[in-house]
Amino acid sequence: MKLQLLVQHMINGLSLGALYALLAVGYTMVYGILKLINFAHGEIFMMGAFFTYFSITLFGFPWWLGMLAGIAGAALLGLLVDQIAYRPLRKAPKISALITAVGVSIFLQSLAIVVFGGVPKSFRGVYPAFFDKIFIIGGEIVEKRGRQVIVNGIRIPAMTIITFAVTGLALLLLWYILFRTRTGMAMRAIAMDSRAVSLMGINGNRIIALTFALGSAMAAVGAILWVGKYPQVWPIMGFMPGLKAFVAAVIGGIGSVSGAVIGGILLGFIEILAVGIMPSLAGYRDVFAFILLILLLSFKPNGIMGKKNLVKV
Amino acid sequence: MKRFVQVFLVVMVVFGTMLVAQNMDEIKVAAVFSMTGGASGYGRMTWEGVEIAWEMYPEVLGIPIDVYLIDTKSDKVEAANGVRRAIENDGVLAILGNIISGNSLAGGAVAEELKTAMVSPTSTSPLVTEGKKFVNRVCFIDAFQGQAAAKLMQELGNQKVAVFMDVEQDYSVALARFFEDTFTQSGGEVLYEYFKTGDQDFSAQVLDAIAKGAEAFYLPGYYQEVALICLQAYQNGFYGDLVSADGADAPETVEIAGEAVEGLFLTANYHPDAPAFNENAEEFLAAYEKKYPGEKPAAFAGLGFDAYMVLLKAIEMAGEPDREKVAQAIRQIKDFPGATGYITINEQGNAEKTVTVVRIENGQFVYDSMINP
Amino acid sequence: MRPKKLSNTTQTILTFGLVVLAVLLLLLAEDNLNTYLVRIISLTGVFGIMAVSLTFVNGASGMLSLGHAGFVAVGAYTSSLLTMSLAQKQTSFLLTGVAFPLNTELLSNMPFLPATLLGGIVAAGVAFVVGWPSMRLAGDYLAITTLGFAEIIRIVLLNASRFTNGSLGLKGISPFTNVWWSWGWLLVTLLFFASYAKSSFGRALRAIRDDPVAAKTMGINVFRHQLVSFTAGGFFAGIAGSLYAHWLTSIDPKPTTLGMMLTFNTLIMIVIGGLGSLSGAVIGAGLFAVLSELLRVVESDTVLFGFRIAGISGMRMLVFSALFILVMIFRQQGIMGRKELTWNALWQKIPTSGKRGNRNA
Repeated sequence: MKLQLLVQHMINGLSLGALYALLAVGYTMVYGILKLINFAHGEIFMMGAFFTYFSITLFGFPWWLGMLAGIAGAALLGLLVDQIAYRPLRKAPKISALITAVGVSIFLQSLAIVVFGGVPKSFRGVYPAFFDKIFIIGGEIVEKRGRQVIVNGIRIPAMTIITFAVTGLALLLLWYILFRTRTGMAMRAIAMDSRAVSLMGINGNRIIALTFALGSAMAAVGAILWVGKYPQVWPIMGFMPGLKAFVAAVIGGIGSVSGAVIGGILLGFIEILAVGIMPSLAGYRDVFAFILLILLLSFKPNGIMGKKNLVKV
Repeated sequence: MKRFVQVFLVVMVVFGTMLVAQNMDEIKVAAVFSMTGGASGYGRMTWEGVEIAWEMYPEVLGIPIDVYLIDTKSDKVEAANGVRRAIENDGVLAILGNIISGNSLAGGAVAEELKTAMVSPTSTSPLVTEGKKFVNRVCFIDAFQGQAAAKLMQELGNQKVAVFMDVEQDYSVALARFFEDTFTQSGGEVLYEYFKTGDQDFSAQVLDAIAKGAEAFYLPGYYQEVALICLQAYQNGFYGDLVSADGADAPETVEIAGEAVEGLFLTANYHPDAPAFNENAEEFLAAYEKKYPGEKPAAFAGLGFDAYMVLLKAIEMAGEPDREKVAQAIRQIKDFPGATGYITINEQGNAEKTVTVVRIENGQFVYDSMINP
Repeated sequence: MRPKKLSNTTQTILTFGLVVLAVLLLLLAEDNLNTYLVRIISLTGVFGIMAVSLTFVNGASGMLSLGHAGFVAVGAYTSSLLTMSLAQKQTSFLLTGVAFPLNTELLSNMPFLPATLLGGIVAAGVAFVVGWPSMRLAGDYLAITTLGFAEIIRIVLLNASRFTNGSLGLKGISPFTNVWWSWGWLLVTLLFFASYAKSSFGRALRAIRDDPVAAKTMGINVFRHQLVSFTAGGFFAGIAGSLYAHWLTSIDPKPTTLGMMLTFNTLIMIVIGGLGSLSGAVIGAGLFAVLSELLRVVESDTVLFGFRIAGISGMRMLVFSALFILVMIFRQQGIMGRKELTWNALWQKIPTSGKRGNRNA
């Protein structure tokens, strides 16, 4: 493989990985606190995209306000899902909460189909035009069919740069909340030992609700960037990215925020490079993530950054 | 909870009986379409055309026609069930549908078993009518569309073409193979790139195709993926010809991919500016523009219109609302002036018609040329 | 005072009587109802087998498997490829041709029963291979790995086109599945799992479900027990797959046919019926089959007082998933809980409520 091609693959993989990372963070935060795989996380991602879409196209919000509305809407939805579906099951066996999460996932998907329709909606033109710019480094100018075009350069779409910048900012903000505020400290404390925390007089339910809101907001940030890159919104757009992000969270070591970021970026990389190196296996693409997951769980079940868990009897 | 379920069941049963106890002085026709699920866009567009035809010609042989929708959710189990329910429970004379080939295969098997005519507006897979006496279609078949695309590619002067095949859609697989056959026979070279319905990122495949020196991309698939492939081809610096098929003949292709699909060619069933014009085509166009001001009909709407009109013609030819006679009459139809061109239904139940090549120019689908069988 | 429990002989006679009654009812149904309703009845039996085998894996042994559809798909493909005639295969595989072992007379035109059994055996083999790495994982990881494995199975079916015909799927499978096959196999499934649950093996499984650590200290080989029941679940999922394929007559590896949607539907059945209850699973399957037909009303146009009310597409799944969540929140045990509908349970109910049940497990 030529170096220029390899670099291009890596840029594309990195920008996909950044999106997985944003989604994986939400999974890992909820899992850290509740030991629950929030199966509906991918659907909250999808709803975030729809909220943004309708705020801008239907209510005429400027694009940045529409994005904020999408993030706020997704945060609220995450909170609602927790309060309505998961909170009544806090004391129930873990498996019941997981099954409920699967139910919530199908419910939100069907709700989106009924309310928004199953037809994909174009997200093009919703964001300002500079989002669609492409920067080209190097390459030579040739003439093709009467047009002057640049070939062989390395191409960086503006959306990729925005994705890196926004992902970085969002993660920085998250880091600040988790490690520099009292709420964040409470979140980390619950993840360590929820019973001890409630004994210390911290309102566990409030902290859990906040975690859901924060994780969902991160998913919405991911969604907003996702539709800038792949400009269509539709009800099942969150399912596969959601599953992959979960795999990313497990690769990084579930419960660890930095692990989720590393896992997400790694997965994006592997997916793009695997197809780039073995194009004839592109049909098996979704299998890569799962095989990676199974191999990892068999040999290093706690992920890259995860700590070893001991079962207390 | 149990009480709730009981009450719920009773309400549902009451509703059900109300539906079954119907007026017998009408001809019932079920449109078994994908109104939700992956192919819902096609289902809705086709239904627009059926509605227009129905509003223009609401009766045949002096008997009013009742056309009603059954949603297959783009799922073949639902398709088979829907057809069976329509024939056995609702007593329909004939079926319009289904939209996608997989559904038509499942539904067609039932229609065949129960000896009831089915007219598919849009299913292009060769298997749909294979060996069937009661299943017909008004669109062309994939084999022909793939050949037409290969001829087009050669006319455009391409020697090495990357074919993007959606391994999840038999429609895409069949088109790709028929394209390859014709294109390689006349000395061209084909390389395959694979993807799966629902995939969003095609950058790796696009870069691979560019690196291997593909001069053009052939994209048999549905618009959701085709639009994204075109967009990512554009972003990754591909400037060759793009040719797709009728699955991308939807306004969403342009809405999603914008300037990236400028110059994209499509092999299509229909274009309002194509010269195969007749009175029905004009009537349809006028009625459509009256109902949806400022919009032009998509091919699917035209095919929906034609499916209804062909069925109507067949009922007229049969002279009475008899299932088997109507089915026989459908295959007698010759040079019927449909909205999408002149249609002849051959002995296999396939429509013999020309392929219209459509090009995207300034964000509009414009008529390019015709390719004959 | 009447006795609290029925004697074993009475129970056997009652069970036998119920089976005879069921046979008579099915005979009556087959002769008098239209083929549409008869087909729904056979589908209910097939759903029942899927639900019972999943509930056994999930409820009785405490593992959440989200990969059921994968084993159903394996059973469906194996048996269909065996029962199809050679000529049919050759017309179906029009793009790639049939690969070696499948293009022989030996592996074509097989009768339904051995083909179904082989479908079950191959599915059980796959379940064993999938279970080996999966069973070492804790509960929620297991859910995702099994989901992942099911997706892998589906994608392999999609891509291995010389064996499976890829996305074209298999067409023209003989419609062998009728009420006798589906309900007969359901009876076999129920008998198998009921006696399995009663055996020492089943008791060990329940101990694992309630407290895996305690079970381990008692000397129960958790891994072996879970793997064996997972494999058994896979076997019957494969049987259900064979019946389903010969009911559908055409199958393909799309998510809506034999993919995740099928797993979710089965999950809905067992949640409504009561996780871990075999009779609950059958009731859930029946409710699901009937409701999904009745609920079509909300999705198609309705004429009320001369007005045409447009149906709302996608409404059915919304109703099911809402019901699913409500059951999980307010009545986690579903209709049956972990209880079974037994003659004794009925006997004790008679004087107080007089409710009648229709199944025995």
